[in-house]
Amino acid sequence: MDGGTPVFDVARIRQDFPILSQKVRGKDLVFLDSGASAQKPRQVIGAMTRMMETAYANVHRGAYHLSEAATEAYEAARRAVAGFLNAATEREVVFTNSSTAAINLVAHSYGRSVLRPGQAVLVSEMEHHANFVPWLMLRDSHGIELRVCRVTDDGELDLADLEAKLADGKVGLAAITHMSNVLGTVTPAERIARIVHAHSAKLLLDGSQAAVHRRVDVQALDCDFYVFTGHKLYGPTGIGVLWARLDLLERMPPFLGGGDMIEEVTLDSYRPAPVPAKFEAGTPPIIEAVGLHAAIDYVQNIGMAAIEAHERRLVDHAMRKLSAVEGLRLLGNAQDRGGVFAVSLPNAHSHDLATLLDRVGIAVRSGRHCAEPLHTRFEIESTCRASFGLYTTEGEIDYLAEALDKAREFFG
Amino acid sequence: MFDDLRDLYQEVILDHGRKPRNFRRLEEADREGRGDNPMCGDRMQLWVKLAPDGRLDDVAFQGKGCAISMASASLMTETVRGKTQEEARELSDRFRALATTGTCPDCGAALADEMERLQVLGGVSEFPSRVKCATLAWHTLNAALDNTGKEASSE
Repeated sequence: MDGGTPVFDVARIRQDFPILSQKVRGKDLVFLDSGASAQKPRQVIGAMTRMMETAYANVHRGAYHLSEAATEAYEAARRAVAGFLNAATEREVVFTNSSTAAINLVAHSYGRSVLRPGQAVLVSEMEHHANFVPWLMLRDSHGIELRVCRVTDDGELDLADLEAKLADGKVGLAAITHMSNVLGTVTPAERIARIVHAHSAKLLLDGSQAAVHRRVDVQALDCDFYVFTGHKLYGPTGIGVLWARLDLLERMPPFLGGGDMIEEVTLDSYRPAPVPAKFEAGTPPIIEAVGLHAAIDYVQNIGMAAIEAHERRLVDHAMRKLSAVEGLRLLGNAQDRGGVFAVSLPNAHSHDLATLLDRVGIAVRSGRHCAEPLHTRFEIESTCRASFGLYTTEGEIDYLAEALDKAREFFG
Repeated sequence: MFDDLRDLYQEVILDHGRKPRNFRRLEEADREGRGDNPMCGDRMQLWVKLAPDGRLDDVAFQGKGCAISMASASLMTETVRGKTQEEARELSDRFRALATTGTCPDCGAALADEMERLQVLGGVSEFPSRVKCATLAWHTLNAALDNTGKEASSE
């Protein structure tokens, strides 16, 4: 071990993921779609199974042993998320069903109470539809103006444009990705936070991609809202996280109404529960929270720094290999980028390309990756996207590059 | 590396995909249809000009999409020209069966030659996520003949 860099043994890590030993059409599975959803290690699968076999009941309700055990497991997951994000308190952690649900929560609750008609929300051209459509909906229903910060040709957030669009002081909230799901661009979140705050606006960071690849410290980033999802972090589907500053959560009205989010209900009124229960109406994703907890333990045991170092090696390797494929267009060339590569070949539509790659065992996503405005910005109909996880190897990237080269010949 | 994919991407398909026939806007069309495949982002617009006896006198399309969807639309415009509307709908039904099952129902019956030409797209049945690419043009044709003004979707 040198200079304190932890050992990263990708072969051993791959053994934790049962699905990776699968054959697809007789070929070794090369799973390069972790940006859409990551595979699950035995540790996560086991924790969820154990929960269901030994400690499952509804939470926050029963005065009996199993319910108390389930409640403890659910709240332990909240503490784990707080630790993962370095939140000041676990009360700042709200469980939702997804990043999408978390952003919609902010749009409905914060958007309709704190933001006033005539104020603006600022997003960027590289947002996922999940961080775009809720704000279009808010614009249409609440009279909010929606502004869109430009992305440079290299795929960086245009900070000059960001400043310009904040200049008149009308922007109440900026909602920006922490890492693009198409360009791989990691945005300079601390700088963005300084700029946004200098104009008295709040900052929401969409960490759906970033939280998987980098250590996230919400206090250091100095953002106001941060969202991420479990299933991209090697955890289960059906659970996402909204982190927000406690004072903001306390000012925000509830979004969904129902059980668990109330303190008191009469025939003509209700009093909401304190944060975070106020935002968790109905039976929450209990088993999924336990799965997310296991996923967080899993990546933290490996170490986020080690994961980041491994992925930097993969990114450097992929840049070399992919740029050597004749005719290949690679979207985005940001200074700081993660393991997401959207590519296109002349004469080959992304779906045809994905079908070819699938034939040799390579799983990539094709289309517009829920980022249609970004594809419009780069004047490209669709792309194939290879996205890496902590189990991705350099050999898999070599194989991808070889297959892309052969695909180019195939389509001529 | 991709030799076994030549069943799906036969030379005819690659050729029609690269150079789709009847790829033009038809002025003064009698029927018009739009098709959309939201998952892929494939879109097409289709125009039909009818002869006095109601036959499909000219069929043309424009759009964007993968090789399969462009080739399918191109082959379709060639196949249905000169057919009655009933025959065109019959071909549409049979083609959709071909694309989903890989076999050509009633191919011994009438329209056998036409179906044989379309058989090159039968390989798509082995690729469930791609069947929609092949059927989009035919959904769009049906929408145009119905003249409902509604957008066809192969979803």
